[in-house]
Amino acid sequence: MPLDNVVFWVFAPIAIASAVGMLVMRNVVHAALFLIVNFGCIAVMYLLLDAPFLFAVQIVVYAGAIMVLFLFVIMLLGVDRDDVRTERLFLQRPLAIVLAVGFVAEISVAVRAGVGFATLAPAGFEQLQPAGNAQAVAEVLFRDYFFPFEVTSILLIVAAIAAMVLAQRNVRAVTQAELDTVADPDPVVAP
Amino acid sequence: MRTPIAYFLLLAGLLFAMGTVGVLINRNALRIFMSVELQLNAVNLTLVAFARMHGDLTGQVLAFFSMVVAAAEVVVGLAIIVTIYRSRRSVDVDDVREMRW
Repeated sequence: MPLDNVVFWVFAPIAIASAVGMLVMRNVVHAALFLIVNFGCIAVMYLLLDAPFLFAVQIVVYAGAIMVLFLFVIMLLGVDRDDVRTERLFLQRPLAIVLAVGFVAEISVAVRAGVGFATLAPAGFEQLQPAGNAQAVAEVLFRDYFFPFEVTSILLIVAAIAAMVLAQRNVRAVTQAELDTVADPDPVVAP
Repeated sequence: MRTPIAYFLLLAGLLFAMGTVGVLINRNALRIFMSVELQLNAVNLTLVAFARMHGDLTGQVLAFFSMVVAAAEVVVGLAIIVTIYRSRRSVDVDDVREMRW
């Protein structure tokens, strides 16, 4: 059995089990920790798919930054109470699971028809990137997708400002007229 | 690489389905949000798998963009959740019904 097959069959069950764990855990913090495990497994899948740069980005951005942000907000909002698990809609949970099973079946049929279960990835992916994956991705990113890349930076700045504006305490802006009224509580009307 | 590409696609489909279940059955906005992250990751895995299959780095670049946009989305979404919690001491999506018809 080739080594990458072994790695896949070790980490794919962990990924699925951690996703199930995220769904069934009653404590939100435990769910978030399971999600971190799942992101780690997906990072390993990136490594198997010859994308070491995305492996690093996945670990740093998802398992690192985003999940720390999630845990931070969970702590901020209080973790002491578990969720109520009563169904408020009739048959909501069974229907959701039936739909998900149907979706998986549909994906399986589509993958079988479109890709085939036995199709191996073609060899020679490394020849496309003689100086390593990071440099090859950078070349595509900065040559073909330079404008979207720059737009992304604007998006990040706008998102950061939006987060600050949204999460800030309700401090109303004070107009100059109000300041004048406070400074001069009994204005003299000019004759 | 001796693992068929279809296995990665099926794994991504399974994870996406689980994320969908999480979105459908949960009422805690944070849990819904985490399930959406799981869905995004499943789609990223599909992109990288297809990039490997076609020997084209565009899929990896697209997955990279997807991660960046997901980071921005998480920042804004969590800020909205914090704001909602501040105004009604709850992150239950059933409690947010002002804009419901």
